[in-house]
Amino acid sequence: MARNAPTHPVDGRYGAYGGQYVPETLMGALQELEKVWHEAKADPQFQLELAGHRHAFVGRPTPLYAATRLGEHFGGAHIHLKREDLCHTGAHKLNNAVGQALLALRMGKKRVIAETGAGQHGVAAATVCARFGLECTVYMGTEDMRRQSMNVRRMKLLGAEVVEVTSGTKTLKDATSEAIRDWVTNVRSTHYIIGSVVGPHPYPEMVRDLQRVIGDEARDQYLSVDGRLPDVVVACVGGGSNAIGIFTAFLDDKDVMLVGVEAAGKGVKTGQHAASLVGGRPGVLHGSYSYLLQDGDGQVLPTHSISAGLDYPGVGPEHSFLRDIERAEYVAVTDAEALAAFRLCTRLEGIMPALEPAHALHHAGVLAREMGSGGRILVCLSGRGDKDMDSVEDAARAERDQ
Amino acid sequence: MKTATGSLEQALRATGDLKLVAYMMAGHPNKRRSIEAGKRLAGSGIAALEIGIPFSDPLADGPVIQRAGQIALEHGMNVAGALEVAAAIATEGVPVVLMTYINPVLAYDPRRFAAEAAQAGLAGVIVPDLPVEESEPVAGWLRAASLDTVFMVAPTTAEDRLASICDRSSGFVYCVTVTGITGVRKDLPPGMKELFGEVRRHTQLPVAAGFGISRPEHMKSLRGVADAAVVGSAIVDEIDRGGDPVALIKELLKGCR
Ligand SMILES: Cc1ncc(COP(=O)(O)O)c(C=O)c1O
Repeated sequence: MARNAPTHPVDGRYGAYGGQYVPETLMGALQELEKVWHEAKADPQFQLELAGHRHAFVGRPTPLYAATRLGEHFGGAHIHLKREDLCHTGAHKLNNAVGQALLALRMGKKRVIAETGAGQHGVAAATVCARFGLECTVYMGTEDMRRQSMNVRRMKLLGAEVVEVTSGTKTLKDATSEAIRDWVTNVRSTHYIIGSVVGPHPYPEMVRDLQRVIGDEARDQYLSVDGRLPDVVVACVGGGSNAIGIFTAFLDDKDVMLVGVEAAGKGVKTGQHAASLVGGRPGVLHGSYSYLLQDGDGQVLPTHSISAGLDYPGVGPEHSFLRDIERAEYVAVTDAEALAAFRLCTRLEGIMPALEPAHALHHAGVLAREMGSGGRILVCLSGRGDKDMDSVEDAARAERDQ
Repeated sequence: MKTATGSLEQALRATGDLKLVAYMMAGHPNKRRSIEAGKRLAGSGIAALEIGIPFSDPLADGPVIQRAGQIALEHGMNVAGALEVAAAIATEGVPVVLMTYINPVLAYDPRRFAAEAAQAGLAGVIVPDLPVEESEPVAGWLRAASLDTVFMVAPTTAEDRLASICDRSSGFVYCVTVTGITGVRKDLPPGMKELFGEVRRHTQLPVAAGFGISRPEHMKSLRGVADAAVVGSAIVDEIDRGGDPVALIKELLKGCR
């Protein structure tokens, strides 16, 4: 072979971002996954099956809800919520898990592994494994097992093994590293269901394709209710799957502003946050090149957010691209602001949001005040808040004690 | 001083005996002691030394090397420090290869990294999370600095990729013996002869075995199969416990002959 023979072209680049920065052991599995996913996507039988499960198991389509009392509170803007909290298991994560479980079956892989932060993706993975008869192991950091203990119990009841990750920051980053190490070791028998639009190609693309149902539905629903499109679409960004899920349908609607909301934790200036796009610079973590919270030596920094699902130093590569080309804008919202939005939505709408989308709700309020009564805002309510009872009560106690 | 191109290739080619490559982590347990350990290893009869640069999220490493990296990071080790450690050890005359994940190199600036590694007299670089598909332009800059770029093949590597990996490697081809991460194992998996046979159909370079290798019996079973064997976690563990890695090398060398 000639010395300068071209290497395989790698798809899954979003501008400079994305790629496949993984140990050689995984390259074969990633190439197989890419091939199987593209075949499945083009297979009407697969699409029919997926649609069936989305309808009867996940509970789609989820409603578009007019949050009129929130809108009034913020000065009269029209705020609509895409109700992913009403998905089976309580978050958008199941959209992805169902699709990937079908792929695992297609590849003949009987064992599934997953990482989880808030536990919502872990529960989604455990749920589809129960439904389709697959063996399931979920990696979760010690710190997240503490603050999301209800989801740990749910996963165990569903038959999953939950492996406690004690290394590093004991949160989502280290759970993901541990899951990848398991995959390197058991790649022949195991499919890794990544929970967000992160990781090596084809994951960011595949997870986006499976989550874009959120925006496809919401756009149609919005048009049929209002006859026109929203001015702005707002979603929280951890790895970025619910945000990409709702943004994708609107990418070509140039007049619709897209805003991703990251976790500012105790404030971006304090260093205790998880706002990769707002406060990071590009680097490689977990197999892809994207914005990353890292120090000057290229070591990944510890993060903080009250919301376990946003407490991650990286972000999906497509968001990095959308940021650089300025198609989407990214902002960061603090723990305290998210908690206030959580309480507001619960009291005014009778809808208890997860702490992750509470970040998006806070920023929707900021935009609503700016836009006034003519403003039209669509928010992705990515999940429900039952899992966050302990965190919210602990925070309230800490406030009282101050 | 600068190692001539081809020296790594020469050093690792089996000559009846299996060659031994030791791995250690720069800055573990601290900078000074890692230089001492490296110098002792350099004179212990090994054919080459791999020096790891610590990274916060080493995806291809098991608990022993993860821990060593963590300790090194806590002591402030970074790319610049590791280049100093490696330069100090390279003066002993043993070919030194850096093993680093890609992100610290990107943060340092890959061109500067290549130039300084060459200046330090190092022989080559291995980047375990940089498969051939992602290797340019970094590999080009390493080549331009006359550093060998060592790529890995794994038991899961398909035939078509084997060719392009071997084609892009210089110095040697690193053959990962186990489907998994670094860490000592009791037994090596079966099928080593077939695996190495397949790799050799695609390259004239020496082929080194690595991952899981820790015992003289492993050396015996690789003799006549691989050109060289890389021992990592067992040595790092010895250094971690304050033991003498040279005694371990002597023991392993018995299995190489
Ligand atoms: C309800 C909810 N929303 C959002 C997220 C963040 O993930 P992503 O950014 O991939 O949507 C999580 C993650 O656990 C979650 O549980």
